[in-house]
Amino acid sequence: MTRNVAITVNGTERRASVEPRLLLVHFLRENAGLTGTHIGCETSLCGACTVLMDGRAVKSCTVLAVQADGRQVTTVEGLASGDQLHPIQEGFWEEHGLQCGFCTPGMIMCSHDLLGHNSNPSDGEIREALNGNICRCTGYQNIVAAVKNAARKMSKPIAARAGAR
Amino acid sequence: MATPAKAPGRPSKANGKGAWVGRRLKRKEDPRLIRGISHYTDDFKLAGMVYCAFARSPHAHADIKSINTDAAKGTPGVIGVFTAQDTTSIGPVPCAIQMPGLKVPRHPVLAEGRVRYVGEPVAVVVAEDLYVARDAAEKVEVEYEPLPVVTDMEKALSNDTAYVHDEFKSNQAFTHTLKNGNLEAAFKKADKVVKQRMINQRLCPLAMEPRAVIAEYLPGENRLTVWSSTQIPHLLKTQISLLVGLPETSVRVIAPEVGGGFGSKLNVYSEEGVVPWLSMKVGRPVKWNEGRRENFMATIHGRDTINDVELALKKDGTILGMRSRVLADMGAYHQLLTPLIPQLTALMHAGCYKIPAIQIDIIGVFTNKMSTDAYRGAGRPEATYNVERIMDIAARELEMDPAQFRLKNFPKSKEFPYTTITGLTYDSAKYQESLAKALKLSGYDSLRKRQKSARKNGKYYGIGVSTYVEICAIGPSAATPAGGWESATVRIEPTGKVTLLTGASPHGQGEETTFAQLIADELGLVPDDINVVHGDTAVVPYGLGTYGSRATAVGGSAAYMATQKLKAKMATLAAHLLESKPSDIVFGRRSLSTKSGKKKSLSFGDVVTAAYTAHKIPAGFEPGLEATHFFEPSNFTFPFGAHIASVEVDAETGEVKIDKYVAVDDCGNVINPMLVAGQIHGGLAQGIGQAMWEELIYNEDGQLVTGTLMDYTMPKAHFFPEFVLDHTVTPSPVNPMGVKGVGEAGTIASTPCMVNAVCDALSPLGIRHIDMPLKPERVWRAIRQAESAPPKAESEESPKKQSKKGTAGRRRP
Repeated sequence: MTRNVAITVNGTERRASVEPRLLLVHFLRENAGLTGTHIGCETSLCGACTVLMDGRAVKSCTVLAVQADGRQVTTVEGLASGDQLHPIQEGFWEEHGLQCGFCTPGMIMCSHDLLGHNSNPSDGEIREALNGNICRCTGYQNIVAAVKNAARKMSKPIAARAGAR
Repeated sequence: MATPAKAPGRPSKANGKGAWVGRRLKRKEDPRLIRGISHYTDDFKLAGMVYCAFARSPHAHADIKSINTDAAKGTPGVIGVFTAQDTTSIGPVPCAIQMPGLKVPRHPVLAEGRVRYVGEPVAVVVAEDLYVARDAAEKVEVEYEPLPVVTDMEKALSNDTAYVHDEFKSNQAFTHTLKNGNLEAAFKKADKVVKQRMINQRLCPLAMEPRAVIAEYLPGENRLTVWSSTQIPHLLKTQISLLVGLPETSVRVIAPEVGGGFGSKLNVYSEEGVVPWLSMKVGRPVKWNEGRRENFMATIHGRDTINDVELALKKDGTILGMRSRVLADMGAYHQLLTPLIPQLTALMHAGCYKIPAIQIDIIGVFTNKMSTDAYRGAGRPEATYNVERIMDIAARELEMDPAQFRLKNFPKSKEFPYTTITGLTYDSAKYQESLAKALKLSGYDSLRKRQKSARKNGKYYGIGVSTYVEICAIGPSAATPAGGWESATVRIEPTGKVTLLTGASPHGQGEETTFAQLIADELGLVPDDINVVHGDTAVVPYGLGTYGSRATAVGGSAAYMATQKLKAKMATLAAHLLESKPSDIVFGRRSLSTKSGKKKSLSFGDVVTAAYTAHKIPAGFEPGLEATHFFEPSNFTFPFGAHIASVEVDAETGEVKIDKYVAVDDCGNVINPMLVAGQIHGGLAQGIGQAMWEELIYNEDGQLVTGTLMDYTMPKAHFFPEFVLDHTVTPSPVNPMGVKGVGEAGTIASTPCMVNAVCDALSPLGIRHIDMPLKPERVWRAIRQAESAPPKAESEESPKKQSKKGTAGRRRP
């Protein structure tokens, strides 16, 4: 038994006939061929698979593809525009907010959700917001710095940011 | 060639600093990672690829009476189901350690007739689809007859025990004693002897990327390619060839992007034998992804030792001798390095102190659990924990400040190279300077004042000090099971770009950047000119990989030395073209010039072109620009440092709040300070994680009860304060760059530092030790126990001086 779904991933509609039990993360990785979203636990505890669904962070290992039918999904591959990195990606690069990089897409997407509703979070707010995402390499300190770096950039008008480059 | 004692060719670059070395450069590897377009093993999808899943034992110890695979085989989409009967041609899982009296049990890739730990693979299913493979693995019916389970190490060594391996008629895997100096005399003349029993609990390395393997066998070419999330692609290539019986020349291993290892991928696992064999058997590429639950059960664990430590002292605080007995849990089988890890614990038992006499007895014990092996620090955290805890307890018993006590027993910097009582030669250090810096940075005196006033107000505030030395740059080949060198090939391409092939296999440490910085300085280029290639045995000369904080000190030194060979060659050619002598040629920015007489120059590109066109080369000059160096270190390196933590303990709830954490580390010369800080941060989180939260618990039935991320307290961002870092720089004389290594330092120093802090906070209650992890429940219980009954003092006055016994009465602050 399969179900037809139409999921818009990074602005492109993807249609597929899927098993009802297919996880969104497997849809993204296997059907859409976007492997930036990683699988770290399949139990929604590590956050490596975090993506945005209709703008809010979800763990794509505990969302079924059929639940995402008709929704807008953004993955880490959808953040940069061409060569222009998203400010959160820049923040992670500039502050050394990643080492092995496996948790990074999830961290970036979760930070995206945070900065969407809190443009100037404190250290404590960032640490709390990331409590569903785990990292074994960085000790989190530079991830916090990366999110602050991004917040500073994102609070500036776009023209000023472009000019600074 | 002999290892140069001092950095050749770069005397002008004091402290290892050059145009790029020493700079906080953004990483070259990051753009692909932050865009999500890099490739970890699971990200590859080969044409015709099928998936496999393992059926694993739910029992810790049981005989397999029968296996029925019919239902699994009958599942639509299943290609094959295999058990130990089918895999007899696959060699056993290897253990690389040889030592006298070591018992090495046969370790089949799939259980043969008996299972010995929960999670041991029993059967494997291959199917067209991942979901089908996992469904079918659940349909493998195994009839088990449970056997008595061995989980407790001390019971395992008693007469009243079952055996993990009947053939040995004992659960003792080995014993090892390291002994030097007159220990009996030391304890006899001691004014004070302090003793403590300490448990170093079992941990899960928990790399964020679980293990993954893809194998593709092409029978026509007789070529097996294996992608594996490993720290050691070349060693794995050799072992896979032995496991599946192909010539090594037919096997290629690729470690693509690797999502963390921490020692857990410094190994050769059952699945790395089975998956290649499956691809040969079914004639399709086969992929296996480890689930997180499997990762908890069947990827190696760290630590798990029981330690009895004694220190003999003079009343002025001088250390006279030390005695330790360490029981080390091997688990059911030896993985690659399992019995080696506690030997590192023995070697590092002198810490950074002058200890005139020592004895360490290590006993390896088999239990019905997953194997232990190298986890970040690998034996050194266990040693440092024993040493730093007993030093702290000694200082308290002698009513000395813990920092002063340590200063009293450090060797002085002019005593280096310093030979320890355990037989190591520490390369270079300034322990006093490091501790002084940490004391200043933490505001130690004001922390003590704060503690005093907190105690007046009935609060429990504690300060922990930990000074450590570790053993890195593993290592001189004579001291390692498979050699301790590293390889590098530097190739200057015809366009003047540079390719470095390194045998080190970084998986997050950032050597694509740091090695590029290093070579850019040597050749007068920029890091973007240099492409660092690693992790592919078909491309990179044999190398040993990344572990033991060795990549930069050993692999970086190999890259440095290979670059020197090319510089000499380019100087010869430039001298020929400029009608000068090679010794007169200097490297500038993208140029080679004569330094004496009238300055004549050639661009870097011109010399490269000349080497490749070979139109105008000196007689006997070999065209091309490629050089390889296998660097053999003359000694280990010994990074060191001092950490200070302050904590507040809530006596009502047992909760510990980390108020401040200061780390002063010395890893020798620094290539990229941003990356060094990142290594320290990550190490601190893991070391503090052990002290405070993390613990793998097997119950008496051998079930892993903290085997999910719900049950195992993996530290999260809000668990930590902002760490405050500083460093001292003491170059190592044992490699040309003066670097020491930094991958494990944070993990090693921070665990005892935290426990020292909490025990300092609770000392007014007479609490001298609490076993890790210091979860609120455990701290709360210790407080309640201390309040209800004064604990027994475990220290003894020596017979020579019997005075009032025990200082650990109940005292409210």
